[in-house]
Amino acid sequence: MTINIAFLKLAAYFAVLSNAELDVIKQAFSEKTFQRGEVILWEGEMSDVLFFVAVGAVKIFKTSSQGKEQILSIARPGDALNDISIFDGKTNPVSAQALGPVTIYGIKRERLQIVFQQNPELTLNAIKVLAERTRHLFTLVEDLSFRHVLGRVVKILLTHAGDGGGPVQRLTQQEMAAMAGTAREVVARSLKALEEQGYIRLENHRIVINDKESLQKILTDTI
Amino acid sequence: MTEMPSIDKKKCNRCGLCVSVCGCGAIVMVNNVVTIIETEDCHWCTTCEAVCPTGALTCSFEIVIEESPKTDS
Ligand code: SF4
Ligand code: SF4
Repeated sequence: MTINIAFLKLAAYFAVLSNAELDVIKQAFSEKTFQRGEVILWEGEMSDVLFFVAVGAVKIFKTSSQGKEQILSIARPGDALNDISIFDGKTNPVSAQALGPVTIYGIKRERLQIVFQQNPELTLNAIKVLAERTRHLFTLVEDLSFRHVLGRVVKILLTHAGDGGGPVQRLTQQEMAAMAGTAREVVARSLKALEEQGYIRLENHRIVINDKESLQKILTDTI
Repeated sequence: MTEMPSIDKKKCNRCGLCVSVCGCGAIVMVNNVVTIIETEDCHWCTTCEAVCPTGALTCSFEIVIEESPKTDS
C-alpha cells in the first residue's frame, strides 16, 4: 500500500503543502478500502483517526430518532469525513457510508498533531477550511428549518406540471435547487417529505402530483 | 426505448464517480469516455447526478398532475 500524494493534495487540509512536504508526511497516513453500502463511520461514535476520501463518493447523513435518514452532503475525493470529532475530541456528528467502492486515507490524531506542529501553515489553513464548511452548514440549517423552501419547491412543481398530454419541460433536482435558491439535498428532502405526506409520488423520471389541493394549501400557508 | 439519465460530455471531467456509485451498471467508462447503457434496472435513484461534481450527469423529471379524485374522501 502506497499513499499517493496526488490524492493527499486533493484534501483541503493538506493542499497548501508542497509535493516535497507531502512526500515527508505521507508516511503518517494509512489506507482503507470500503465496498458499496459499507458504513465508514457511525454517528455517536468516537474517532481517533482523521479520515478523508481518496477515491469514490461517500454519503454523509444523520439518522433521526424515528430512524429517518437525512443526507447532508456527498463527500468526494479530498473531503474529510470526521474532522469535527477529531478536532473537538467528541463523538461523530454524522455517519458516513460508501456509495460505491471507496478508498479512504486516514491519519491518527496524535500523528496529525505532530504534522501540524511541523507545518504551522496547516493550522491557519485548517481554520479557513472549517470556516468555509461552517458557512455552508449555516445556509443548509436555515433552509432545512424554514418552511419557505418547501413552499418554493411546491411552487416549482405546480408551475412546471403538465397534464401528461403534451411535452413538458423536464427538471432535475439540481435545477430545482437552483430555482429555489437552495442546495440539492434540501430539494431531495422536500420531495421526500411531500411523498411521505402522500401529496406526490416519485416514479421513474416522473413526479406525479396526486393531491394538487394540498400542495396549493402549502403554497398559501407559506407565503 | 428505456429512458436513461443523460450526460453532457463537454462538462464531464472523467472523474468516474458516477460509474463507481451506480448500482445497476448503467454507467461505464469506455476508452476513458463515460457511456450510459440502456437498462430497465435504472430506478432513477439520481445518485449519479448527486455525486457528479461538474453537473454533467442529469436525471430529469417530468412533473405531471394526476387528475383522478382522491379515493379516501
Ligand atoms: S439513476 Fe441511479 S440507477 Fe440510474 S444510472 Fe443513475 S445511479 Fe444508476
Ligand atoms: S461524475 Fe460527472 S464528471 Fe465525473 S465522470 Fe461522471 S459524468 Fe463525468
